[in-house]
Amino acid sequence: MSRSIVTEYQTVDAVKGPLIFVRGIKGISYGELATVTTGPETSMLGQVIEISDKFAALQVFGPTRGISPATARVRFHGEPIEMSLSPLILGRMFKGDGAPMDGAPPLIPAHRRDISGAAINPVRRELPRDFMMTGVSAIDGLNTLARGQKLPIFSGAGLPANELANLIINNAGLAGEGGRFALVFAGMGITGREADYFYNSFHQSGAIERSVVFLNLAGDPVIERFITPRLALTAAEYLAFDLDFHVLVALTDMTNYCNALREISSAREEIPGRRGYPGYMYTDLAGLYERAGRIKGKPGSITQIPILTMPDDDITHPIADLTGYITEGQIVLDRDLNRKGIFPPINALPSLSRLMDHAIGADSTREDHRQLADQLYMLYARGVEQRRVASIIGEEGLTEADRGFVRFADRFEKDFIHQGESRRDLEQTLAAGWALLEGMEDRDLVRVSREMINKYRPERGDDGLDEDKQT
Amino acid sequence: MSQKIIRVAGPAAQACDMGASFMGEVVKLGAMGLIGEVIRIEEDIATIQVYEDTTGLMPGDPVERSGEEFSVELGPGLLGGIYDGVQRPLGLLASGWGNFISRGAQVPRLDRSAKWDFHPIVAPGQMVTGGGELGHVLETALIIHKIMVPHGVSGEVAKVFPGKRTITEPVVELRDGTRLFMRQKWNIRKPRPVHKRLPSTRPLVTGQRVIDSLFPIALGGAGIIPGGFGSGKTVLEQTIAKHSEARIIVYIGCGERGNEMADTLEQLRELTDPGTGRPLMERTILIANTSNMPVAAREASIYTGVTIAEYYRDMGYDVVALADSTSRWAEALREISSRMEEIPGEEGYPPYLAGRLGAFYERAGKVTVAGRQETGSLTIIGAVSPPGGDFSEPVTQASLRMASTFWGLDSQLAYQRHFPAINWRTSFSLTHRAMSRWFTENVGDKWPTMIAKTQAILQREEELEEIAQIVGADSMEEKERAALEAGRIIREGYLRQSAVHPVDVCCPLPRQMKTLETILGFISAMTAAVGRGALLEDIITSPLVERLLRLKEAPPEGLEPLMESLREEYRTFFDSLEEK
Repeated sequence: MSRSIVTEYQTVDAVKGPLIFVRGIKGISYGELATVTTGPETSMLGQVIEISDKFAALQVFGPTRGISPATARVRFHGEPIEMSLSPLILGRMFKGDGAPMDGAPPLIPAHRRDISGAAINPVRRELPRDFMMTGVSAIDGLNTLARGQKLPIFSGAGLPANELANLIINNAGLAGEGGRFALVFAGMGITGREADYFYNSFHQSGAIERSVVFLNLAGDPVIERFITPRLALTAAEYLAFDLDFHVLVALTDMTNYCNALREISSAREEIPGRRGYPGYMYTDLAGLYERAGRIKGKPGSITQIPILTMPDDDITHPIADLTGYITEGQIVLDRDLNRKGIFPPINALPSLSRLMDHAIGADSTREDHRQLADQLYMLYARGVEQRRVASIIGEEGLTEADRGFVRFADRFEKDFIHQGESRRDLEQTLAAGWALLEGMEDRDLVRVSREMINKYRPERGDDGLDEDKQT
Repeated sequence: MSQKIIRVAGPAAQACDMGASFMGEVVKLGAMGLIGEVIRIEEDIATIQVYEDTTGLMPGDPVERSGEEFSVELGPGLLGGIYDGVQRPLGLLASGWGNFISRGAQVPRLDRSAKWDFHPIVAPGQMVTGGGELGHVLETALIIHKIMVPHGVSGEVAKVFPGKRTITEPVVELRDGTRLFMRQKWNIRKPRPVHKRLPSTRPLVTGQRVIDSLFPIALGGAGIIPGGFGSGKTVLEQTIAKHSEARIIVYIGCGERGNEMADTLEQLRELTDPGTGRPLMERTILIANTSNMPVAAREASIYTGVTIAEYYRDMGYDVVALADSTSRWAEALREISSRMEEIPGEEGYPPYLAGRLGAFYERAGKVTVAGRQETGSLTIIGAVSPPGGDFSEPVTQASLRMASTFWGLDSQLAYQRHFPAINWRTSFSLTHRAMSRWFTENVGDKWPTMIAKTQAILQREEELEEIAQIVGADSMEEKERAALEAGRIIREGYLRQSAVHPVDVCCPLPRQMKTLETILGFISAMTAAVGRGALLEDIITSPLVERLLRLKEAPPEGLEPLMESLREEYRTFFDSLEEK
C-alpha cells in the first residue's frame, strides 16, 4: 500500500471535535497515517478511521482548536502509524505521541513496526506458568502473578495504586533475570506530580536504564492517549520477542484512555453503549491487553499491569467491568483498608489471578500454596461476613466460633495484607499465612490437608505469641 | 465487471456494481484478497462484512465475487483441529505465516494430502439419498467418521472406490455421473436438516455434582451460564469439555482470551479418555477467535462451530458445543450493525439480536438424523458475560427465553472461592422433570427424594441465615443451628467441587448417589440427635464432620468400604450421644 507520491490536500470541509473530514481524495487507504498542517509551525498526526470514494474521516492526535478548513493542509503518508525501534530504545523517554522528551535525538530505526500490532496466533501462545515474585503477600500468596499475564490494579480516587505499582516494579526488578528484565511505562493523562513520582523512583532504583517511558500528561492532547499505549506495547513486543527480554508493562491510567475513546466516539456521532462509552470498547481494550503473553520457543515475555481508577469505586463501571472480562484477574484496592492504614490496601475477596494455578505448586512455589490460599480465603470470607453481622446485631450476638472468625479477619488484614513498604519473599508470605492458621479449630481447616497442616503449621500452644510480626 | 470498493469503516466495507450479488455471498477484497460476506444489498451497492483487518483497503480496490455462500468444509480431519472463526486452520497459518495472525492468508480448511482408509457399506446398484451413509473412515482412535451423501443428492451407485483416498478423490460415483467425496460444504447460517426432533429424556452427565444432581442439562438441551467476570464461566466450560460424557466436543472460544485458548488446548492434549487412553483432543474441535482477532470473524465463529457440531450429530453422535462467550458474539453483531447504520434496539444491540440468539440455540436438539434410522444429539452450552454482572441486560434476557437450563453464577460465591459458583437459588432446569424417570431407572429409586431433601435443606438454611443475621446465631435454638450446619455440610461437602483436585474434578453419577446418601444419612442422624436433646457443639466438633466433608476427595479405590465404615462410625457416634 505504500505509494511513491505523497499526496497533500487542502480540501478539509469539516472539523468536528477530534475529527477532520477531507473530500475529493483519491488513493487513500483505511487506517493510513496523515499529517495535518494548521499553521506555519504547527502540525499534528491523524489516522484515517473511515474512507469512501467521496471523503476521508481523520482522527487527529492533537487539539483541533484553531484549525480552519480554509488553511489546513493534510498530507497522507501511505502507511499506517509506525514507530522506530532499535536496541537503543532502553533508557529513553518519549512523549505520548512518540516524540523524544529526554533531549536526545530520535531513534535511528533498526525496524519500523505498525503500532496497532497483530494478534498472536493462539496455537503459538505459550501458557504463562513461571512464577513472578512481586514481594507483595496479597499477590504472591493469594493471587500469584505469572510471567506473561495481564493483571490490572483496580483503584479508586485517592488510593495508593501508584505506590503499589511502584513496589511491584521495584521488586520485580530485583528478582529479574540479570540483564534480561525491562520495564515499559505508559502514562496516559497522568498529572505532573504522578509522573515525577515514578520518574524519581525509577531513577533511585536504577530501573530507568532498563526502561522505556511514554508520557502523555494531563495537559497533553486527549486524543494522543489513543496511541500512547500502542507505542508502549509495540516497544514491549520488540523487547520481548526480538530481544528476549522479560518485559513488565505498566499502563496508567486506563480510565483516562477509555475517556479519550469515548470522546472520539461521541465526535463520530456513534451510538453510545453503557455510560456513553462506545460499544466496541471491549474489542478496543482487548487489542491492548491481549498484547501480553508468551510465544512458544521465545524466551521473552510481556507481563502487563494496567492501572485504572474506578469512578466512585464502582467495580461494575464499564471500564473496570470490560477490563476484568479481558484480563487474567484483578487486584482490587479498598478504601476501608486504606483508612485503617493497611498498605497495600488490597481487598483479597474480589481480587483474583486466573493463572495462579499454573504458576504455583511443588514445582515452582510450594506444595501447600494452593491449599493455604484457599483456606485463608475461606476463613477471611467468613470473618468479613460475621463482621458485617456483628455491625447489625452487635458482637455479643455472635457465637464464640463466629467471634473467632472476626478476630481472624482482623489479624489477616493486619499481619498478612499489611506489609508497609517492605518486600516479603515467598517463604515469608507463606509463613505469615500459616501463622494465621495457628489457633484455628481443625474442623475449620478443611481446605488444607492434614499432611500440610502437620508439615507447615507452627506448633500449637504458643497462643500466637510469636506471631510473625514483620512489617 | 468492475466491482469496486467505495467505502471502508472498520469491519464493514461497501462495494458498487454488486447488483448481481446475493446475500451471504463470499467475496474477496483488494489485492490481498481479504475474505468477506455480503450482508446487505441496496440497488447495486453491497455492504460486506470483512473477516480480516481492513487496514490498507481503499476506495477503488477490486472486489472479486465467488458466486458461493459462506460455508464450512466438512469431512475427516476436523477432529483435533483448531480453527479461527472462518475455519482457517491456525496451525497451518502459524507454519506459513509465523507467530502472529496475518491477513489474506489463503489456506485449505481440511488437509488435502491426508489419506483416509475408506470402508464402503454401499455397493453398485444401491440407491442412496441425502444423509445416507456411504461408508466410514477411522478419523481418530476415538471416533469413526461416517461418510454421508450430501443433502440434495440422490441416485443409484455405479462405482465404489474403497481403500486409502484423499478428500479430493471421489469415493462413490453415481449412475448419472455425480461423484461423491469424503468432504462436503455447508452454509454456516443454515441448520442442517434432520428427520425428526425427539423429546429429550436423559441428561448429559457432566461429572459436576451441582449440575447433575440439582440442575441437570438434557442431552440435546440448551444451557446458558451467565456470570460476571471471575465467577468461573470459562473454567466450568472447560470442565464440561473435559469430563462430560459426550462423544464429540466443539469448543468455541468467541472473543475471549488467547491464554485461555492455549490453556484449553494444552489440557485437552494432555488429558486422556479414560476408556482408551487417547488424548481428549481426538474427540474435540476448537474454534479460537480471540478478542483481538477480527470482530466479523467472531460473529461467524459460533455458526462455524455449531455447523461442524451438527455434522457430527448427523453421524449419530452425542455432541456438545460450548460457546464462550455469546456476549462477545452479540457485541460483534452490534458493532457490524452500527457500522451499517441500522436503527439500534436496546443498549445499541440490533433489534434482531433475540431472533438470532434464538435461532442459534434452536440448533440444539435430540434428533433422528436425516436419511437414516439413527439418533444423534447436539447440546449447546453458552456462556454469557453480562456487563457488571447484571442479568437484566439484553443478551442474558434473550438467552434466558431460549435456554432450558440456566446455571447462574454468583460473584459472592466466587469471592468465597466456592466453585462451581452456581447459585442454587436462581438456577433452574426446565427438563429436570422430563428426565426424572431416567434418573430413577439409572441412578436409583431414592434419587428424586434425596434431591428434594437436599433442596429443602438449602432452602431452610437460607431462611435461617436471614434470621441469624438479625438476631445472631447465638440466640437461635439448637435445632435451628443444626439446620444451619446441615446446609453448610451440603455446600462444603457436596456442592463445592474442585476443578483441579485429581479425584474431585469429576464425580460420576453412581458416586454422586453414594456420597449424597452418606451425607444425608449423617444430617438426618444429626437432626434426630439434636431433637432428642444432644448438644450441637458435641456433634460439630467431632472429627467425623471433617471426614464427611473430605469424602469427595477419597480415591475411588476402596471408596465403598470407606463410606460403609464412615456410616457405621457415625451411627455408633450418635448412639453414644444418646447414652450420655
